[in-house]
Amino acid sequence: MTEVKPVLMQGNVACAEGAITAGVRFYAGYPITPSTEIAEHMAERLPQVGGVFIQMEDEIAGIAAVIGASVGGMRALTATSGPGFSLKQENIGYAIMAEIPCVIVNVQRMGPSTGIPTAPAQGDVMQARWGTHGDHPIVVFSPASVYETFYLTIAAVNLSQKLRQPVILLMDEVVGHMREKVLIPEVGKLLVEKASDEIPPDWKPYDDKGLAPLVPFGSGHYYHVTGLFHDESGFPSGDPAVVSRSLERLHGKLEKYRHEVTFTSYIGHKEPRVAIVTYGCTVRSARAAIKKAYWQNRWPVGLLSLQTIWPFPAKEVEALARQVEMIMVPEMNMGQLVGEVERYSRGRAEVVPLNRYDGEMITPDQIFDQLRRWFA
Amino acid sequence: MVRVEHLNQTFLRTKKLPHIWCPGCGNGIVTAALVRAVERAGFAQRDVVIVSGIGCSSRAAGYLNFNTLHATHGRALAFATGLKLSQPQLKIFVIMGDGDCSAIGGNHFIHAARRNIDLNAVIINNYIYGMTGGQHSPLTPAGRKSTTAPAGTLERPFELLELARGAGATFGARGSAAQPRQLEQLIVQGARHKGFAVIEALSPCPTYYGRKNRQGGPVEMLRALKDSSVSVEGASGLDPAELSEKLVTGVIYVKDAPEYTEQYYRSTGKEPG
Ligand SMILES: Cc1ncc(C[n+]2csc(CCOP(=O)(O)OP(=O)(O)O)c2C)c(N)n1
Ligand code: SF4
Repeated sequence: MTEVKPVLMQGNVACAEGAITAGVRFYAGYPITPSTEIAEHMAERLPQVGGVFIQMEDEIAGIAAVIGASVGGMRALTATSGPGFSLKQENIGYAIMAEIPCVIVNVQRMGPSTGIPTAPAQGDVMQARWGTHGDHPIVVFSPASVYETFYLTIAAVNLSQKLRQPVILLMDEVVGHMREKVLIPEVGKLLVEKASDEIPPDWKPYDDKGLAPLVPFGSGHYYHVTGLFHDESGFPSGDPAVVSRSLERLHGKLEKYRHEVTFTSYIGHKEPRVAIVTYGCTVRSARAAIKKAYWQNRWPVGLLSLQTIWPFPAKEVEALARQVEMIMVPEMNMGQLVGEVERYSRGRAEVVPLNRYDGEMITPDQIFDQLRRWFA
Repeated sequence: MVRVEHLNQTFLRTKKLPHIWCPGCGNGIVTAALVRAVERAGFAQRDVVIVSGIGCSSRAAGYLNFNTLHATHGRALAFATGLKLSQPQLKIFVIMGDGDCSAIGGNHFIHAARRNIDLNAVIINNYIYGMTGGQHSPLTPAGRKSTTAPAGTLERPFELLELARGAGATFGARGSAAQPRQLEQLIVQGARHKGFAVIEALSPCPTYYGRKNRQGGPVEMLRALKDSSVSVEGASGLDPAELSEKLVTGVIYVKDAPEYTEQYYRSTGKEPG
């Protein structure tokens, strides 16, 4: 009996299946192109596994119900695209503050506003980082393929449980709608990492000492959940010492577990002179360009693809900048993550953006031409 | 006396008191009625959840010794919908202010009613936004003053219980802080009802509504509430002109309709999980 079987799957369906594989049993959302297939697939699948699918009255209600279900002990996910992602922001901040695990999927489309519903873009990189108000930490994954979508969704669910922190899966129209082969674990095999099943005897819902498991409502442990600053018991507090400690604790979680939330991969020359740093569907074009430049032409080039874009993989980019003369950052926007690459290159390498914002993908040739110009 | 002690010890987070409310605010009276109702209804403490929105009234959740969820402004019912579906045995009380429920939360309110999901919405209606300092809400009577309607609001108010009925709510009751025993009974009835129950609890905000509209202090405001109240039975004998001056209290409507959570799990044939 084989452990895994290859299946041809759409990106959005892979997200839904990944979620179910990771134990997600609750979906609430509102339809929007190009994310709708996630909702449709969940509507069919969740009832089969004892889960709940509910179509809410809007996206705000979608994330609110997801947080409610998560407090009730169900692993929960919602999916949307730009306009709906904007609507969800306030409650994403709530989940960060109240430390309620949940996964928010944004299948990016071309904006601003209604933009072009069916055109791909990578314009929500900064919104995913800073869309909700206040100085908050966030985890954002960006898959480049259907396969990555499946496994990053699983990682998103598990990490969100462990860290009691919302995780955003920032997909795009290309990856959401493409069909590719995925290796799916045997049906019924869950890849659920339990944060912790044990309730420590001295359990506090917001323990200063570190990660405390979320004990679902209804289990006889009475505590308060609020978006106000709160003490270890969850009760509101405006005490400056409590406030600063809480905020440090929220940020500290991601610093402490940085190695567990940071996914990047490198392909290409061992000692590159030029590197590409990118994420999401643009990785696909970059890979094709690297194939031609490195495998065919033996140019000293490499590609660092970021599956995690927030927290920004600063160390990885810093190390790369030490090695290379130039870092190219192709993005389907007018330049968003390039600023971070610049920041952590610290002037060691020249950082060159490559932007496209006409609703079309950046092509391998566009990237290859830039490389050729550099080596010419 | 013994009952009061027992209720305080069991259901209040006494260490978190004193509360933040102004002297003479009706929120405490309504909260106390809710606590007595929970006990009277006989629910196990672990099954009871208090969800609330944002506002003075919504701060009640923090003082109650249950699992309590103080959500975002207007969204309490949407949070509660997810929670109820994840654990259908929970008895969920959703405390909202008039603005929280009917302005920013209006959409969630009508949709929770439409689904007839088994939640008990307790709306503390003080005709004003208390927390933000006295702006009018969709339930402020036309002509009444607020900090953002210095000459009196031109807007016509919602009739909250009729709005809920039209949207599909299957239980609607009205009580007030002036008659806390009756309010307690109404909350018990709403809680035992299977489906979306709306309990509107009129309550004085002497600090803003009272002051802006020259309603006197808390005592005068409570007296006025009581004097204008008439029971459903009493109301049947009044002509429309007399009735328009009155606040009809009691169970305004109850009907049977399929409850959403039960329907959902029956349709899947599965247990939650
Ligand atoms: C999204 C959002 N908008 C506005 C506010 C500010 N705000 C807090 S409470 C409130 C109104 C409270 O009035 P009501 O719901 O009637 O409750 P009360 O304070 O009178 O009990 C407002 C507007 C907020 N917290 N969140
Ligand atoms: S402002 Fe009004 S509603 Fe708020 S606590 Fe004071 S009296 Fe009560």
